[in-house]
Amino acid sequence: MRNLWIFISRYNAFFLFIIFFTIGIYLTVKNNAYQRSVTLNSSNEVVGTAYERLNVFKRYLNLGMVNDSLAAENAKLKTRLLGLTTVDSAKVVKVIDTVTNQQYSYLAAKVVKNSITLRNNVMTINKGTVDGIKSGMAVIAPQKGVVGFIRDVSAHLATIQSLLHKDTRISVMLKKNHALGSLVWGDGNFDIRKAFVKEVPNHIKMYVGDTVVTSGYGSFPAGILVGKISKPNVATNDNFLSGELNLFTDFSTLQYVYVVKDKLAEEQKALESLAKPNE
Amino acid sequence: MNSRIIIVNVIRWFLLLFVQIFLLKNMGFYNLSTPFIYVLFLLLLPFGIPNILLYGLAFATGLTLDAFYDTMGVHATACVVLAFVRISFISISLNRDAIDDPEPSLSYMGFQWFSLYAFLCVITHHLVLFFLETFRLTEIGYTLMRCGLSCIFTLLIILLVEFIFYRRTPR
Repeated sequence: MRNLWIFISRYNAFFLFIIFFTIGIYLTVKNNAYQRSVTLNSSNEVVGTAYERLNVFKRYLNLGMVNDSLAAENAKLKTRLLGLTTVDSAKVVKVIDTVTNQQYSYLAAKVVKNSITLRNNVMTINKGTVDGIKSGMAVIAPQKGVVGFIRDVSAHLATIQSLLHKDTRISVMLKKNHALGSLVWGDGNFDIRKAFVKEVPNHIKMYVGDTVVTSGYGSFPAGILVGKISKPNVATNDNFLSGELNLFTDFSTLQYVYVVKDKLAEEQKALESLAKPNE
Repeated sequence: MNSRIIIVNVIRWFLLLFVQIFLLKNMGFYNLSTPFIYVLFLLLLPFGIPNILLYGLAFATGLTLDAFYDTMGVHATACVVLAFVRISFISISLNRDAIDDPEPSLSYMGFQWFSLYAFLCVITHHLVLFFLETFRLTEIGYTLMRCGLSCIFTLLIILLVEFIFYRRTPR
């Protein structure tokens, strides 16, 4: 005790400093509204600022990729536009072709919320019923690749049940021989870059690098690139083959998507409902 | 002799705080450089002053300034830090037993020692003051610039005052 007392009195300058300094800081924080609010909110502010910076940085990283995809998209649209408006030089009459190639129209939408880490992932886009979006429409990625289906729609927003969801099945085919299969994700493998083609008939030979495209039997237009086979001919217990494929869609950097509007969808549905399944 | 020191310091306290509060408070270059001349009072307190009294005076002076500046506790904290720097610097740079000068002023201690002493004390005081005032690190560049410019201004005035009241004493 005595030693402690000697120690304290020898370094009294320091201990007095600590005491007075603490009092000073306490007074500062207690009596000034600004400093108090900063102290109380500092943790929030630190976390918030960190996230904000990170977001800006991430957006920058993706900028090149987004640019590329937009440029490619632009080129695609321009060629399509040229195909639609043909100018007959003899008559100088503009003929706008609205019959061919017009079953599908595309609507660009921005992804406002994305999730890739869950078992069943749902994302949100900034287009809704106002823009003519209906539940069940197909959604594709800007350059190549499929994204999923529209799930629920509100006035200005819509949710997409992405491919990374246990209920999502997309009808696909091998590009080279049109063998059908269905695309699913997440059977014991939750890598967002990989998915499985299932229910491919047993006699079909798959090879590494085979391109998989959509079949056109669902809401997706035919021929949209899906991915490349990376592990072919996985035998299952039934009479079908499975294959693992690398997706073209990069779900982690998805910022813009295209919603596919099928003009004939309702007509097709009405027609098919006439044939009762159990007749 | 003792009472003379007390009277001189009391007069100095009133004078410096008067100048600080009624003149220098309204001065400033583009809100960047604001002199805080009142720290001279703490710098010139006599050598023999007990630590507790020094801290008490520093705290009280700071609180008085805070009352006029409406910044409760900011100046007080800065002054306490200054007192700590003062004690540390004096104990490091001077032999405790050989101090026969009454106070650490320019007249007694010479230009070199006094300017270093004033510089260290003033810069720590200003650093604490401006950072407590800003209370965030996001504007650190601006705060440091304000701090540096104010420090130059304050030091300039302190040296000026010290030279005006310079008395050549036999050393």
